[in-house]
Amino acid sequence: MPAVKSIRVIGHRAISAVWRIGMATRFFFLILLYSGNSFRRFHLTVKELFSTGVMSLLIIVVAGLFVGMVLGLQGYETLKRYGSEAALGSMVALSLVRELGPVLAALLFASRAGSAMTAEIGLMKATEQIAAMEMMAVNPVARIVAPRFWAGVISMPLLAALFSAIGVFGGYFVGVVQIGVDEGSFWSQMQSAVDFREDILNGVIKSFVFGMAVTVIALFEGYDAPPTAEGVSGATTRTVVESSLAILMLDFILTAMMFGGK
Amino acid sequence: MVEIRDLNFAYDKRPVLQGINMTFPKGKLIAIMGLSGCGKTTLLRHIGGALKPTSGHIKVDGQILHDLDQDGLYAMRRKMGMLFQFGALFTDMSVYDNVAFQMREHTDLPEELIHDLVMMKLNAVGLRGTHDLMPSELSGGMARRVALARTVALDPMLVMYDEPFAGLDPISLTVVGDLIRQLNDALGATSVIVTHDIQESLKIVDYVYFMANGVIEAEGTPDEIRASGKEFVHQFVHGEMDGPVPFHYPGGDYRQDLSLGN
Repeated sequence: MPAVKSIRVIGHRAISAVWRIGMATRFFFLILLYSGNSFRRFHLTVKELFSTGVMSLLIIVVAGLFVGMVLGLQGYETLKRYGSEAALGSMVALSLVRELGPVLAALLFASRAGSAMTAEIGLMKATEQIAAMEMMAVNPVARIVAPRFWAGVISMPLLAALFSAIGVFGGYFVGVVQIGVDEGSFWSQMQSAVDFREDILNGVIKSFVFGMAVTVIALFEGYDAPPTAEGVSGATTRTVVESSLAILMLDFILTAMMFGGK
Repeated sequence: MVEIRDLNFAYDKRPVLQGINMTFPKGKLIAIMGLSGCGKTTLLRHIGGALKPTSGHIKVDGQILHDLDQDGLYAMRRKMGMLFQFGALFTDMSVYDNVAFQMREHTDLPEELIHDLVMMKLNAVGLRGTHDLMPSELSGGMARRVALARTVALDPMLVMYDEPFAGLDPISLTVVGDLIRQLNDALGATSVIVTHDIQESLKIVDYVYFMANGVIEAEGTPDEIRASGKEFVHQFVHGEMDGPVPFHYPGGDYRQDLSLGN
């Protein structure tokens, strides 16, 4: 009976998805439980900050610049119809700080740093490095997973802030330097429209949450990957897909909580 | 040093180890041999405390392993060393940092002292000159020797070797074999080698256990093993193609598979 078989397959997949979410949540609490090492021996976290944060700088800066430039161009075209070109600065800044900065930086972070984390942990598992660490009486979650988690959580808001800042300059370059929008009104409108708590802080909270989601997914997928080439490549793909979906879903929830209905 | 009594273990109801009894006296070098899939690596994982027996027990240094909690098990593992099949060196650390890893994790020794200890351990395996290389720059045999130096970094009382001769050229094979014997005698440790390299093992070990299908088929000193009249041991020692271990994996009728039968 193909219908019964299909239902069974769907049911099996649903159960296994719920099971994996449970395992990932348990893994998240384990990371928190064994996080002491990441702060007592902060140099371990700093080393990971370099490979996740610093090494993602280039892609974040370049992407931020182009997104800001596109925003400047599109924003000008739209605002011009209503004769409100002067509001270009506030439009660019609000779009970036509230939404595009945290979301796009997190998506780029998931593809650049998240996939690298999964591949690294997955290969460490496949080559028995994690088992070797356990045999040396060193807890791998405390020694290799937690520092990577905190590095991701710390670097994500910083990268998102940088993305937004560079994006604002991109918008400035296109709007003011190229098109000729008044420089004074570009900056002053931005200054008066952007609220620190309402806009900037909410953006930072978003990127903090995205950072947690991306790193937990990336680390869990790596730790849970079957120890084969196929297993690691599958886990890396899942990291990018799952974290991208998680970012967009969480963004909707957070936006609804922060700005919805006002 | 190690006492295994009536050990049984099953993966989901499929028995892997059945009624295993072994004793590893202090200072001895013991080999556990058998075909791939006979349960010898599973047994080694039990001795390292990575798996819990279905019934029976393993005593190491007077303590039953599966009665220990995580802290107790980690305390016990600090007295153990394990060499993994392909070395399992940490690929993001240099040779020096690999050997220093346990010293930094488990002791408060000053860096100058750690430096001297690392150099002594590397000198013992003849690779002092490789201390600033990365694992990817080493040959397979060299990586195995570095891993050996790392395994004995904290002078363990029990050293386990999982297929230490797999994939080595004849010179590296003899070097690794001799080093295992020398290190065991220098440390006064007890060593267990899981291997199917019969000729190299019989040269260096004190006692041999032969396993097949999860049970001990034969045991004795290397001389007793060489002189053994048991069919299985004879086939294994002389590498004969057919015998108690058949050449063919069980299958259906050959004529049917060739579409000749009706």
